[in-house]
Amino acid sequence: MKKFLAQAYIWLLLIILYAPILIIAIFSFTEAKVLGNWTGFSVKLYTNLFSGGVSSSLGKAIINTLSIGVLAAAISTALGSLAAIGIFNMRGRARKAITLLNDVPMLNPDIITGVSLFILFVALGITQGYATVVLAHVSFCTPYVVLSVMPKLRQMNPNTYEAALDLGATPGQALRKVILPQIRPGVVSGFILAFTLSIDDFAVTLFTKGNYGLDNLSTYIYADARKGGLTPELRPLMTIIFLVVLALLLIINIRSMRNSKTKRIRI
Amino acid sequence: MAEQYESIIRLENLSKIYDGKKVLDHVGLDIKRGEFVTLLGPSGCGKTTTLRLIAGFIRADEGRILLEGKDIAGVPPHQRPFNTVFQRYALFPHLDVYDNIAFGLKLKKIPEAEIDKRVRRVLKMVAMTDYEDRDVESLSGGQQQRVAIARALVGEPKVLLLDEPLAALDRKMREDMQLEIKEMHQKLGITFIYVTHDQEEALTLSDTVVVMRDGKIQQIGSPRDIYNEPVNSFVADFIGDSNILNGTMIRDKRVAFIGHEFDCVDIGFGENVPVDVVIRPEDIYIKKDTTGEQFTGTVTSCIFKGIHYNMLVQTDEGYELEIQDYNAFEPGTVVGMHIHAGDIQVMKKDRVCNNFEGELLSPTSVRFLDAEWEIPETQIPVGTKISVQVAFNKVNLQDNPVDGTVEGEIYFMLYKGDRYHITVRTKNDEYIYVDTNDIWDKGDQLGVKIAPRNIKITPIKDYKDDD
Repeated sequence: MKKFLAQAYIWLLLIILYAPILIIAIFSFTEAKVLGNWTGFSVKLYTNLFSGGVSSSLGKAIINTLSIGVLAAAISTALGSLAAIGIFNMRGRARKAITLLNDVPMLNPDIITGVSLFILFVALGITQGYATVVLAHVSFCTPYVVLSVMPKLRQMNPNTYEAALDLGATPGQALRKVILPQIRPGVVSGFILAFTLSIDDFAVTLFTKGNYGLDNLSTYIYADARKGGLTPELRPLMTIIFLVVLALLLIINIRSMRNSKTKRIRI
Repeated sequence: MAEQYESIIRLENLSKIYDGKKVLDHVGLDIKRGEFVTLLGPSGCGKTTTLRLIAGFIRADEGRILLEGKDIAGVPPHQRPFNTVFQRYALFPHLDVYDNIAFGLKLKKIPEAEIDKRVRRVLKMVAMTDYEDRDVESLSGGQQQRVAIARALVGEPKVLLLDEPLAALDRKMREDMQLEIKEMHQKLGITFIYVTHDQEEALTLSDTVVVMRDGKIQQIGSPRDIYNEPVNSFVADFIGDSNILNGTMIRDKRVAFIGHEFDCVDIGFGENVPVDVVIRPEDIYIKKDTTGEQFTGTVTSCIFKGIHYNMLVQTDEGYELEIQDYNAFEPGTVVGMHIHAGDIQVMKKDRVCNNFEGELLSPTSVRFLDAEWEIPETQIPVGTKISVQVAFNKVNLQDNPVDGTVEGEIYFMLYKGDRYHITVRTKNDEYIYVDTNDIWDKGDQLGVKIAPRNIKITPIKDYKDDD
C-alpha cells in the first residue's frame, strides 16, 4: 500500500508537469485554430510551419534564437571556463569576493538585468540589435558556466598542472592537454546550460533587441499573442523543440553513463 | 663539458615568504652530481617549499638557485632539466599508463618509435611491463607511484625531485619501494633530491641528510653523522630514539648529568657550562650485577620490539632513561648501567633561561610578549626599555587558555629524564620555554602565567633614547 501511494504520487507529479506539453503535442496534429478543438488528425500545421521557410518572420525568429543561443553559449563557455580557472587559483578573500560577485547576476531578476543593460547600451550610444542581444546573453550565461566548471576544478588533483609543466609543457599546453580534458564534462554541461538559458530568455532580449524588427522565439510569440491569439503553427514548433531538447538530454546522460563504465582501450 | 662542475645545484641564501610568514629563511645548500640528498623535517619546516623552488613552481623572495654554476631564476619549470615525482602521484586521469609516461616525449616531438622504446624501457625499470593500456585510476597506490616515477624518469632529467613519494603507501609497500628507489639511484647515477618527514626513510636512502626546522637548516651530514652527532636537541629528538638530558660540562672530557660524572670525548665547551647531553638508548649498557657500574636503578617497564627489548629504567637519583638491549630485564629488577665515553654526545644549549625584551609601564607592571605583566615594585623609571629573564621552571601553564596572561600552544616537547622541556608558541609567534613535570601534547592550547616575583628585569642601555 505504502509502495502504491509512493508510486501514485510520483505519477501524479509527472502528469502535472508534462500535461501541458502533452496537450500541445496532441493538438499539433489537428488544424483547429483554437487550442482545445479537435477537427480530425492532420499534419498540415507541420507542413505550414516548414513551407514558410526561413524567410517567414517565424522562421527568422527560429534562426535568430538558435544562432544567438550557439554564439552566446560558445562565448560564455570560453569566458566562464577561463574565469573559473582564474578564480580557482585565487587565494582567500579575493576568491570569496569574486565568487560572490559571480553569484549576484544569477540571483538578479531578469527584468533588472534587461533594463540595466538597456540603459548601459543607450548610455554608451550603442545601436541595439543582434550584437547587443548576444552580448546581453553572454553576460547572464557566463556566471552559470563558472558555476558548472568550478566543481570539476575542485575534483582535479592540483598537482597535475604542475606535473605537466614539469614534463616540459608550456602553460598553454598544460591548459589544453591536462586541465581542459579533466574539466571537459563541466565545460560541456556549462555550454548546454548557457544554450538553454539563451534560447528561453525573454525579458533580457526584449530590452536589448532594439527597434529594427529583430525577434527571437520568445519575443516573437509574445508579439504574436498580443496581436490576437497564438498562431496555430506554434504548436508543432513547441513539440519539435521539446523533442529535440529531450533527445539532447538523453544523449548527454547516456554518454556520461558510458564514460564512467567503460575503460578506454588503446589502439 | 658540464661534468666539470662537482656541484650540480647550489642554493644560496634562499628565502620565501607566505602571507608575511617566512617559511624559508636564508637556506644555503650544495648538492653534488649523483648525490642522493634528503630534506628531512616535520611538516611546515620548509622542505617542500625548497623542492618547489628548485622545480620552479614558485619563485624565491631572496637568494639564488644555481644549476651548474648558472642562475636559473629566469628559467620556467618546463625548461628546467628536472622532473618531479609528486606526493599524490599527479598522474593524468584522462590518459592511460602509456600516454602518461609518453606525455613529455610527445611534447618534445620525439619520433614515435623512439618514444615507444623509451616508454617500454622505463616500464621495465619500475616493473610495470604489460600495464601500458591500463587506465591509471584502476591501479593501486603503489602501481600509480611506479608510473609516476617512470613518467619522471623517461625524460632523462639531470635531477629527480621526489616530494614525499611514499607517504601515501602502507608500511610494507613503503619499505619495498625504498629499496627500489635506492637501486634506481645507483643504476641511473643521476642526482636525487628527496623530501620526507620520515627519519627512517631519510637514513635508509640518503648519501646526505639535510635536517630542517622552521625554514632553517639545522644540520647537514651523512646519515651516520646526523644520528651519532646531532648538533642540537631538536635533531637528536627528531632522528631516532634518544635520551636528552640536562648536564654540566665540568671541564674538557668530563661531563656531569643524572647526578653522576662521566668521561666523554668532547672538548672546548669551557668549565662548568650547562649543556644538553644525548645518549642513544642502545648505548647504555645494562647488567643485573650492580658492582663496579657507573650508576644503578630499577627497571619500570620492558617491551619486546622484535629484535631488541625497549626498557625504561628509573635511576636511584630519580631520572628516567630509555634503554635498548637484546636481553630482557623484568620490571622491578635492580640493574647496574654504564655508558662509554664515545657514546656521550654533548651539545651546546641554545639558551639557559627565557629572554624577552620589554618596556616598563608602571612601577609594578611591564609589557613584553604583547601583554602586560605584574612585577614587584621597582625603582627603574617608567618607560625604560628592559630585558626580561624568566627561568624555565618558573613559568606556569594553565589548561584554560583564557586563564593565562598570554595564550599559546605546545609547539615542541622534549623529555629530559626527569622533566619535560616544552616550547610554547604564543599567538604572535613568539616562543616561551618551560620546564614542567606535567604531561602535555603537541598542539594543546594553553594559557601562560608567570608569578611577579619570578620576572627578573634589567634596564637595557639604549643610547638613542637618552636625551
